[in-house]
Amino acid sequence: MTTTLPAPTGTTRPPAVRAHRGAPLRDVVTMTRRETRRTLRSVDGLVTAFALPVLIMIVFVVIFGGAISGSTGGDYIDYVVPGVLVMCLGMNSATAAIAVAQDMTSGTIDRFKTLPILGPAPLWGHVVASVVRNLTSAAVVILAALAMGFRPEAGLGGWLGFAGFAALSVLTFTWISAALGLVLSVDSSQSVNMIFLFVPYLSSGFVPVDTMPGWLHGFAEHQPFTPIIESVRGLLMGTPDGGTILTACVWLLAFLAASVVSGSLLYRRRTAR
Amino acid sequence: MNDPMIAVRGLRKAYGRTDVLRGVDLTVRRGEIFALLGPNGAGKTTTVNILTTLVRPDGGTATIAGADVVHDPAAVRRSIALTGQYASVDEFQTGEENLVMMADLAHLPRRAVRRRAAELLERFDLADAARRPVGTYSGGMRRRLDLAISLVADPQVLVLDEPTTGLDPASRSRLWEVVRGLAADGTTILLTTQYLEEADRLADTIAVLAEGRIAARGTAAELKALVAGDHVRIAFSDAASLAAARTLPVAGLDAAETDEKDLALTFPSAEPVRAIRDVLDQAETRDLAVVGVSVVRPTLDDVFLALTGPHTLSGVPHTDARRGDTPGSDTPDTDSPSTDRPATEEALR
Repeated sequence: MTTTLPAPTGTTRPPAVRAHRGAPLRDVVTMTRRETRRTLRSVDGLVTAFALPVLIMIVFVVIFGGAISGSTGGDYIDYVVPGVLVMCLGMNSATAAIAVAQDMTSGTIDRFKTLPILGPAPLWGHVVASVVRNLTSAAVVILAALAMGFRPEAGLGGWLGFAGFAALSVLTFTWISAALGLVLSVDSSQSVNMIFLFVPYLSSGFVPVDTMPGWLHGFAEHQPFTPIIESVRGLLMGTPDGGTILTACVWLLAFLAASVVSGSLLYRRRTAR
Repeated sequence: MNDPMIAVRGLRKAYGRTDVLRGVDLTVRRGEIFALLGPNGAGKTTTVNILTTLVRPDGGTATIAGADVVHDPAAVRRSIALTGQYASVDEFQTGEENLVMMADLAHLPRRAVRRRAAELLERFDLADAARRPVGTYSGGMRRRLDLAISLVADPQVLVLDEPTTGLDPASRSRLWEVVRGLAADGTTILLTTQYLEEADRLADTIAVLAEGRIAARGTAAELKALVAGDHVRIAFSDAASLAAARTLPVAGLDAAETDEKDLALTFPSAEPVRAIRDVLDQAETRDLAVVGVSVVRPTLDDVFLALTGPHTLSGVPHTDARRGDTPGSDTPDTDSPSTDRPATEEALR
């Protein structure tokens, strides 16, 4: 802090570097790169994206697995991996809420707003980065599951179907989180992941619904996580059920549409003058 | 070329029932450093936000380089850059990555991005820290990076909203150096500040914003001329001398303010050197123990207090009769440097 800055030389401006108009794709790519760095450079981001999902699976398979396995008819690991996967995809997407809330409450968004960029590019950057991060995380979880004895029976079609279905799920979860990040403070946005942590427990993801108390059956059978997790289970175990997948897709597309519309409107209002 | 770079006429903005701006007029010439000085709540940031297209005004007009902020915000954004009150740089990215990102978002030609980033890092003395995450930077380094980021697209107008708030004195004067260099290179600079010294040292023109209006404008010297002239301050060694001195037949001494703590008298004088000689001569005759004399010149603090404080001096064009009906706007600035008269005391022997 003791060196001096070079004195201004002369009165001529440096050769002007003119800004160019309109490059929407470049804007979104730039924003995505930023969000990816945010994840890769924070211990917290890395733990949430990669370590936590694997830990959760270890807890279910190794610790609870022995006690639970009797009631699921087969290896518990084959039963529980789809539930853990969906839960992790959701919790991972919830990080987008925190990142969005941080951007909206710091001076960062004002700076972006004074740039000649595509308006919603910062928001889309959060979404694209989250989808990429989540699909990578899903791959890590699956590899860990395979190492622990998970034996999926899906063929190539099943895997492709799973990839597409996972992408749709992650996109939906991320948009829900991003929309919440636009209305919540940085502190409250930290609890968005609770939605994705607890609601899946009340589904068929971890234990069959008929082992739950009767008053929970109604909710557990009809809440969206049940068809979503059943779809993943069907696709990975080679027993896909068209009806279940359709129900899951309807749920996901409905949530996606609602959160894209409300998120985009909220973003426009928050960045309006 | 002679058109003003920033032209603001009758700018008004209210939030709910609170009138924040009540008709602000400003003209900033090309290449000028223009300071908007005012206490917290005076409307500085609102003005900045309107000029940078972040907020839409309720009335009046504002143009930047000829483009209207309401009707042609895209053109305004191409010629203006904002450095906000808080350094808005990403801590998880390195200095270089922050710059490259903003150069990308400013749509510089891809080939030019890295070169421009390197150039700015060099210019702001951040080349050594370029590959370190900003989380490890000091406050002064962050502000310099923030400023460098504002300059990626070579804006014609740079708006600095309280650029040195929270910086230590060394970092502050270093940032001033940078800002002067930019102005010398032809960038027009509008800065807001609540530090009088900053306005005094940096700005070509100062406008004092109080209660949503421009209360006065001019060079630092012109503004200082608005308040009463020089004062003489005489300090004594004991209370008896102080009391006796009050009755000396010296011009202006009857209007003296007594400082019991420092045992000093301060009084206005049109001829300070003569007043001091008179006091010293008579004090010697009567055996009064003088321990210090000085001439006190008005500082911008005095101007600022006169314009924004509870007492309005006569001769100052401040005409707002509705003082106090705007919550928060009548609070004198508590963060400004000493409101005493510290500036130009000249000891005489």
